[in-house]
Amino acid sequence: MLLEVRDLSVNYGHIEAIRDISFDVPEGSVVTLIGANGAGKSTTLKTISGLRKVRTGSIVYDGQDLAKVSADRRVQMGISQAPEGRGIFPGMTVRENLEMGAYVRRNRSAAALAPDFERVLTLFPRLAERIKQPAGNLSGGEQQMVAIGRALMAQPRLLLLDEPSMGLAPKLIQQIFRIIEEINAQGTTVLLVEQNAAQALRRAHLAYLLETGEIVRSGTGSELAGDPAVRAAYLGGDV
Amino acid sequence: MHFQYVFDNFASLFIGGLVFGSVYALIALGYTMVYGVLQLINFAHSEVFMFGTFATVWALWLIGADATTMGVALVLSIAFAMVASMITSGGVALLLERVAYRPLLKRGAPRLIALISAIGASFVLSEAMGLRGAIASALGLSDTLGRYVARSRENLGMPTDRTTTVQFELFGYGVTNVNIIVVVSAVLMMVAADQFIRRTRTGRGIRAVAQDPETASLMGVNSTRVIQITFLIGGMLAGAAATLYMLHIGATRYNAGFLLGVKAFTAAVLGGIGNLRGALVGGLVLGVAEGLGAGLFGNEWRHVVAFVLLILILLFRPTGLLGESLGKARA
Amino acid sequence: MSETTTTRPAARMSWASSLRSSLGSRLRRTPRWAQFLLMVALALFCYLLPLLEPPVISTPGTDFGAVLFTVSIYVLVAVGLNIVVGYAGLLDLGYVGFYAIGAYTVGVLTSHHATWPWLLSLPAALVVTMISGVLLGWPTLRVRGDYLAIVTLGFGEIVRLTLINSEWLGDARGISSIPAPPSLPLFEIPHLDWSTGVPLVDFSDTTTFIEFGVTDPVPFYWLALTLVILVLLADKRIKNSRVGRSWEATREDEDAAELMGVPTFRFKLLAFALGAFVGGIAGSMFATRQTFINPESFTLLISILFLSAVVLGGQGNRWGAVIGAIVVAYLPERFRGFEQWRVLVFGIALMLLAIYRPQGLLPPRRTVRAQRMEEESQALEVGEADPDAELATAGPVARNPVDDAPVPPDEERSPRG
Repeated sequence: MLLEVRDLSVNYGHIEAIRDISFDVPEGSVVTLIGANGAGKSTTLKTISGLRKVRTGSIVYDGQDLAKVSADRRVQMGISQAPEGRGIFPGMTVRENLEMGAYVRRNRSAAALAPDFERVLTLFPRLAERIKQPAGNLSGGEQQMVAIGRALMAQPRLLLLDEPSMGLAPKLIQQIFRIIEEINAQGTTVLLVEQNAAQALRRAHLAYLLETGEIVRSGTGSELAGDPAVRAAYLGGDV
Repeated sequence: MHFQYVFDNFASLFIGGLVFGSVYALIALGYTMVYGVLQLINFAHSEVFMFGTFATVWALWLIGADATTMGVALVLSIAFAMVASMITSGGVALLLERVAYRPLLKRGAPRLIALISAIGASFVLSEAMGLRGAIASALGLSDTLGRYVARSRENLGMPTDRTTTVQFELFGYGVTNVNIIVVVSAVLMMVAADQFIRRTRTGRGIRAVAQDPETASLMGVNSTRVIQITFLIGGMLAGAAATLYMLHIGATRYNAGFLLGVKAFTAAVLGGIGNLRGALVGGLVLGVAEGLGAGLFGNEWRHVVAFVLLILILLFRPTGLLGESLGKARA
Repeated sequence: MSETTTTRPAARMSWASSLRSSLGSRLRRTPRWAQFLLMVALALFCYLLPLLEPPVISTPGTDFGAVLFTVSIYVLVAVGLNIVVGYAGLLDLGYVGFYAIGAYTVGVLTSHHATWPWLLSLPAALVVTMISGVLLGWPTLRVRGDYLAIVTLGFGEIVRLTLINSEWLGDARGISSIPAPPSLPLFEIPHLDWSTGVPLVDFSDTTTFIEFGVTDPVPFYWLALTLVILVLLADKRIKNSRVGRSWEATREDEDAAELMGVPTFRFKLLAFALGAFVGGIAGSMFATRQTFINPESFTLLISILFLSAVVLGGQGNRWGAVIGAIVVAYLPERFRGFEQWRVLVFGIALMLLAIYRPQGLLPPRRTVRAQRMEEESQALEVGEADPDAELATAGPVARNPVDDAPVPPDEERSPRG
């Protein structure tokens, strides 16, 4: 198991954002957390990345308890997150943003980074055209690509994606999810947080449904996609 | 209003202003970098500078440089003093971050509380310098430290020879060697700082934290370290400014930091706080404005000109001449 | 960055605040008339203090009456500055400017350029300071919180440098022979003498009721104390009025207040003007008692001392401001010989306060209430109380007490826009 979350509770201010959730992310899989806005999905990812404090429970990554590991150390250990929305550095160029992704790597010479640049630019050809532009001037979809590409530059074992489809046109959503599958096929484990349940469940090996901070359903992607309650509440009937 | 005077002495007022302005600009970098990363006015930065002025004199004493030191020996002595000053100021800045800021930042305290803590730290630093004699005698070290702690509340002068020689004439104003040294080293140092922020990995980390601290830590940037380095660089530049100031002015005092600090802060705001190149522009513009203002209204109004300028900028263009933000600076 | 760690000030709630809250609640339970009597007794005691000259409290080496006068001036200043910093949440580092304008207006009108009677100069001085408050506030109150601090600092320095440079205002030498308020000598009151260990009435040491002389500061103290009481009464009325609530709303969240229909700018300006007014009272009293003034008395250091009085006591609480002022003005006088360490000690105190007790020695009741809420919600979070109550408390009321510090939380939490 690459990541094991056990009885995790996290507070957001004084409100309990997630309560006693447990789930597993097996190596090489795509796992998704679905749920409505405010269900605690993003908080879960931020806690795994070390941006939020654990109140109770544990997060074990690759056999190691992360309780005392700082956020920047976790990146070195292979956990990389593409944050929600416009989590890019607006004043840096696309290239600089991507280079920031490789911040923790030992060897950051142009030669060492070249294969990663190639990988990212093959996945997102659009970024190649924009490579010298400040990321702040890009469209929402392009910024999302920068965020995902940047996370890949760290050569992560575990990629955390926070709402990669948010605010994107349907065509782009299809494209982003195809790329996620491709990334997974290249050997990276993916933990995906999504409101777009239909797309996420179709690709996920394992899926968990979060409601007001608690896991209420779990199973394989297709099991959840077939669950009548999930269908009614999150899929609007059209899978 | 002495228009005729300003007209007749324009070159000297202008160039004198540039010399002062480059010292302001170097100090302003410290304000601007800390503001860029933390959105805090580091009120105690002025005292970081003040410690540098003392370190300069003490370093010269330590190696026995005095009014008879000339030529290459003098240049080497001053260079040594500058290094000592940069180390001292850098150290004080690190201490400041550790004691006055980090405990507050950890708790996510409001900005005004951090400002109050910085004001407290500023008083502690300047008083510690002003009371160094009393502190030494309380510790029984008065004799050991001797002149280093004597007359703590009084002016302390540069021990080396300060006669200047005119190198060339510019619009009728004799530009001296000290003028050249001050302006050139200040500009060089600023270019170095600017390149450091733009080119190095650490510099990129600083920019990342300035733009988005949370995302920066997702990239593996250790923000505590970045903040430390920001304070260290700001402190070292203030230390360099301190030595240049001592070359130019020749004397310091335990409370010399305050006025310079407010002016440097004005320069930072004038250029656009958080913007490194803005600090240079702001410093030079402020220095010149102050020089011309002093000529126009009389030298006793020099400081008033700076304060009025500060208020006017904050009112009419709070983002400064070049605009704010450390991170948004394009590479 | 601010969200990654949450504060736990409740855990640090010290004995002082718990003592205070129990004292406060006991005081609130006593009937109104008893409260009133208690206050009258306290006021009487304050009036008699310079005559009683009680040992331990009394200052050896300096005239106790003079020290009490200084303390009451600081109390006036702190209460006035508390309106600006504590109620409206505007950090003012140039408050000494208003204090100086009050003092200089009296000086100019009664001695330097005219010979107005003292009684007439006082209201004139107050009008001038209030106008200066509006003139400074009108353009500057639109700038951000920490910029405002620097602008006001600049204002204070401009006032001082103008005083030094302007011949019309007596330049560095200042103004002298400022007249005393009119006297009405009725009878003499003896002081107590404790030199033998027991209180003896000392008829050789008397104060004339009421004669403002250079030698006896006691009548000046009485006058200042009377002004303190008047200002405190007015302060209480304003704080409990619609104005006070508007200030609170503005301080907590300026945008929200604006949306609720509070004209925040106008209320901030009012706070500035009222603060300046009280500073003007303090300044003119200072000038009157001193009979001479010069720019040396109006440095940035004095501004910082004023501010530390307010912050030390607890911004937003008038009794906190009073106690802070007493600490700042009285302790150095009581322990003379340590004056040279005074500024150093204040610096350390400001840092320690900011780090360990940002709400001050006597935080306003609202902060205390918020703290209690926080404790309750924490108890709920770890499951010590009925979880059903959670929705009732964990929502809007359970807030972080740090947010009660001046400056709307939005502004400081999202500085990156």
